[in-house]
Amino acid sequence: MACIEARGLRKAYGATIALDGIDLRVEEGRILGLIGPNGAGKSTALNAILGLTPFQGELKVLGRDPWTQRDQLMRDVCFIADVAVLPRWMRVSQALDYVAGVHPRFDRAKAEAFLAKTDIKRASLVRQLSKGMVTQLHLALVMAIDARLLVLDEPTLGLDLLYRKQFYDSLLNDYFDGQRTIVVTTHQVEEVQHILTDLMFINHGRIVLSCSMEDFETRYLELMARPEHVAEARALKPIHERQVFGRSLMLFDSIEREWLAALGEVRTASIADLFVAVMGGQGGQPQTGQTSPTTKILGASA
Amino acid sequence: MTMPSDAPRTVRPFYWSVRRELWEHRALYIAPLAAAGVVLFGFVISAMNLWRFRHALLSLTPDKRAVVASIPYDIAAAAIIITGLIVGVLYCLGALHNERRDRTILFWKSLPASDLITVLSKASIPLVVMPAIAFVVVLALQLIMLAINAVVLLADGLGAPTAQMLLPQMTLVLVYLLVVLALWYAPIWGWLLLISAWARRTPFLWAFLPPLALVVLEKIAFDTSHFGQLLAYRLSGFEQAFTVPHRGQHVIGLPEIDPVSFVTNPDLWTGLGVAAAFLAAAVWVRRYREPI
Repeated sequence: MACIEARGLRKAYGATIALDGIDLRVEEGRILGLIGPNGAGKSTALNAILGLTPFQGELKVLGRDPWTQRDQLMRDVCFIADVAVLPRWMRVSQALDYVAGVHPRFDRAKAEAFLAKTDIKRASLVRQLSKGMVTQLHLALVMAIDARLLVLDEPTLGLDLLYRKQFYDSLLNDYFDGQRTIVVTTHQVEEVQHILTDLMFINHGRIVLSCSMEDFETRYLELMARPEHVAEARALKPIHERQVFGRSLMLFDSIEREWLAALGEVRTASIADLFVAVMGGQGGQPQTGQTSPTTKILGASA
Repeated sequence: MTMPSDAPRTVRPFYWSVRRELWEHRALYIAPLAAAGVVLFGFVISAMNLWRFRHALLSLTPDKRAVVASIPYDIAAAAIIITGLIVGVLYCLGALHNERRDRTILFWKSLPASDLITVLSKASIPLVVMPAIAFVVVLALQLIMLAINAVVLLADGLGAPTAQMLLPQMTLVLVYLLVVLALWYAPIWGWLLLISAWARRTPFLWAFLPPLALVVLEKIAFDTSHFGQLLAYRLSGFEQAFTVPHRGQHVIGLPEIDPVSFVTNPDLWTGLGVAAAFLAAAVWVRRYREPI
């Protein structure tokens, strides 16, 4: 069964269209990265999936309509919203008591074991914890819930590198079991590249790219062309080209690795590079006008 | 090694939601306790001055003396109950508003505590929890006052304390009063919770200004004050529970209290119906409006 299935998912706030007819299907056991610039519709899509916002079109999460069957759905779905939303007045021990008291699938021992690996004290108030520790606490609570779908909306926003790395490591090692489904949005795409199984770019309320990471790794290659081969490489129509230290870095879609290897050094593209290539040409991004003059957008047909 | 059980644990979302309210809003019990402290302080000061009124007290008949002796106890109960009502109003106005303002609603809504359970747990604070707190605090306060009284009266040679004879009766009346207040004011609590769930900002103004505006408008437009009278009746109408039905007088003792006439008062049931409608609307707003 598909974990999430949407057809023609639409959402408008007045004249602003947040979601413009999205079709998507996420199978169980996948880790999907939903990537897009600010205001692209990521949070709206997640809110629709979590039954927090009404929508037009068809949407089924674990076989249920999230808007009309939210109460049943929330026993199997868990989420961390894009801001620190743990109540600041709460004690760590109270948070454990409360979640244990209301969630039938919460394993308190698991949460305690995770907290034991951190510096978080049971008697501390949430407001006394650092931002990183609050995220650790939230993750400890969420990971101890045996949910079938976990939605993370910018979970590592504002955290330093160590906490971010630890967050995703814990998620992958202590939580993900191949059957649960995780949907994550983030701007720190480099850090999630190795944990994702599927990738989706969203912009202006539409899905502009959707592929599995296996496909991604075979389809998108980056070439650092040797100077004498630059013209030849350009003839292969890279989807993006930029200059680094006077050398041309080109991103190709579905070009044989052997062909490119003859022209220079080839490596698998990063999500960040592809993101810039795809989104840069869409004009939806605030930084488009500020990109360095050496960055040339050659095409955005993904 | 024990195998983890696949059967979901039994949970008590309502119970833990009420506990959560008490964790967050400690004023719910601290304020009545503080009021009790103030009352007690005043009582000790006045008890120390009791000898000045010795002759006046001794000249009263035992019945009158009992009435005079019970006055401080009534004042104590009133102080605690009024404090509880004020705290209850402030609590209700914030109960469904603050969670949206500080966005913690996104945490509460990530857990399987439904909107119905959440709103009912918050409504139970003014309807059940606050009366219970008021009862315990008033009873404890009155017992302490009684003990002080006994010591002072005996020391002053005024004979056996009179107020302790009244305590069982006062306690029964207190329970009755708290139940009557909770039921009679239920639509007010429902209204405050609805406004708290609905208002994007300043729930305080939204709760009080529109009814006030309606009163003024009615006065200007029709030169009548039906709505104002309705509001005044809702605020003071609980007194009927302490009025002898056909004489229109205030009851004097416990035997004159007639719960049947209060319970059969259609206005009570209209109020409860309105309260249920307000709470249902609050559940609907929390459920179907986008949280932020």
